[in-house]
Amino acid sequence: MNSVAVIGASLAGLYAARALRAQGFDGRLVIVGDECHGPYDRPPLSKDFLTGSTDPGQLALADAEEIAELDAEWLLGTRATGLDTAGRTVLLDGGRSLTTDGVVLATGAAPRLLPGPVPAGTHTLRTLDDAQALRADLASGPVRVVVIGGGFIGAEVASSCAALGHDVTVVEAAPLPLVPQLGGAMAEICADLHADHGVTLLTGTGVARLHSGGTGRRVTGVELADGRLLPADVVVLGIGVRPRTAWLADSGLPLDDGVRCDAGCVTPLPAVVAVGDVARVDGVRAEHWTSATEQAAVAARNLLAGATVATHRSLPYFWSDQYGVRIQFAGHRLPTDTPRILEGSPDDRSFLACYERDGRTTAVLALNRPRPFLRLRRELARTAQPATT
Amino acid sequence: MHQGGPVIPVCPLADLPAGESVRIDTAPPIAVFHTDGQLYAIDDTCTHQDASLADGWLEGCLVECPLHAASFDLRTGAATCLPARRAVRTHPVTVQDGMIYVHYAAEEGTAA
Repeated sequence: MNSVAVIGASLAGLYAARALRAQGFDGRLVIVGDECHGPYDRPPLSKDFLTGSTDPGQLALADAEEIAELDAEWLLGTRATGLDTAGRTVLLDGGRSLTTDGVVLATGAAPRLLPGPVPAGTHTLRTLDDAQALRADLASGPVRVVVIGGGFIGAEVASSCAALGHDVTVVEAAPLPLVPQLGGAMAEICADLHADHGVTLLTGTGVARLHSGGTGRRVTGVELADGRLLPADVVVLGIGVRPRTAWLADSGLPLDDGVRCDAGCVTPLPAVVAVGDVARVDGVRAEHWTSATEQAAVAARNLLAGATVATHRSLPYFWSDQYGVRIQFAGHRLPTDTPRILEGSPDDRSFLACYERDGRTTAVLALNRPRPFLRLRRELARTAQPATT
Repeated sequence: MHQGGPVIPVCPLADLPAGESVRIDTAPPIAVFHTDGQLYAIDDTCTHQDASLADGWLEGCLVECPLHAASFDLRTGAATCLPARRAVRTHPVTVQDGMIYVHYAAEEGTAA
């Protein structure tokens, strides 16, 4: 393999490029990114970056020295528009194209939007530009913020906005947010964090439409499905993401909630691998920071080998920082698994819990208990490994 | 090296058995580790993102960050595993009359 194109210049793409070089690939390496920024870390965007305690420079995932060592050609501000697998060509915007032996798909995911027009003052939070626009909109003094979606991004944005002194309401369509991730009992504890910090959480209602008016037709309110109208100066949508696969529609690759690939991140074409949020690896699309970094090493190895010689089987892990509480979760939880508090107390917003199935621990959750969480997570990773291979 | 900084009492050595770590709430905070027979002190906050290394996983002379598994060499402060790229500062540790003391290094005193 003499050339590899990495499509996507964020966490998964950078880690794939690093892994290719670390594993001895010394051919032509091209990294294509549609944003004009080099690889940066997204998790702080809804947290420290929004509250102003982190600046863009601190988000960079690689320094100048490492960028030089990677010896890659960077095509930033460039969008991939198609993949011609027969001709081994990546089509780029502006009519350009890129011929390559191997391709790493790392185009990530894009935020879901509400149907209908999007008035000014309505934000999503995925990219650095998104975060900068939201930060600017919040800078003019206390405003009324409505966050649509009570998942992790929504909760983190609500927390950051509350810390900045804004009047915040979170609207969640489900009866309780985070139930798919944490189960009802634990989700309820996390939902209580909003009220602890003066943020209103409205659940069980969808959004009918956004109201706008005045000069600039800025957003003025959020009309709920039950008819209530929430006045709003700023609206943030945190209603999930879609894998960015539209550009691959004519590629012939199997697309079904992501690029379908095997447990080694390999698509039906051995010269095409997928990593990060765009990849549906062995039936699962993870959307986790840690998964993206781990998949990159596996995908690079398989791409260079020309076959699936390694698989990604590590324990899913994610974290969220909101309202001064660090939530960490790891494991494979089923809805029927039963949570049990091992230490601490939900009332103190500081506890360690495990989820059990037939007397066996399947997952672990902590609020502000990083040390015992790490111990349990490692134990779980060790014991869970043989069961899943 | 490391001269002029304050000397900070940590805890009795007996209270920090091998394999344990403790965080001191200095500004910035410091983490003190007891490995097999050695004491080390480094800046507590991971250079990647806000996480306390005193809560990390201690293995030999390395500590792994509890948030993203970045790792640091306690002897030098060097980042040995991504996503961290920058070293943490190290601070000399002494034991006197059974008490652990950290000799807080000046800002420039990064050992690497």
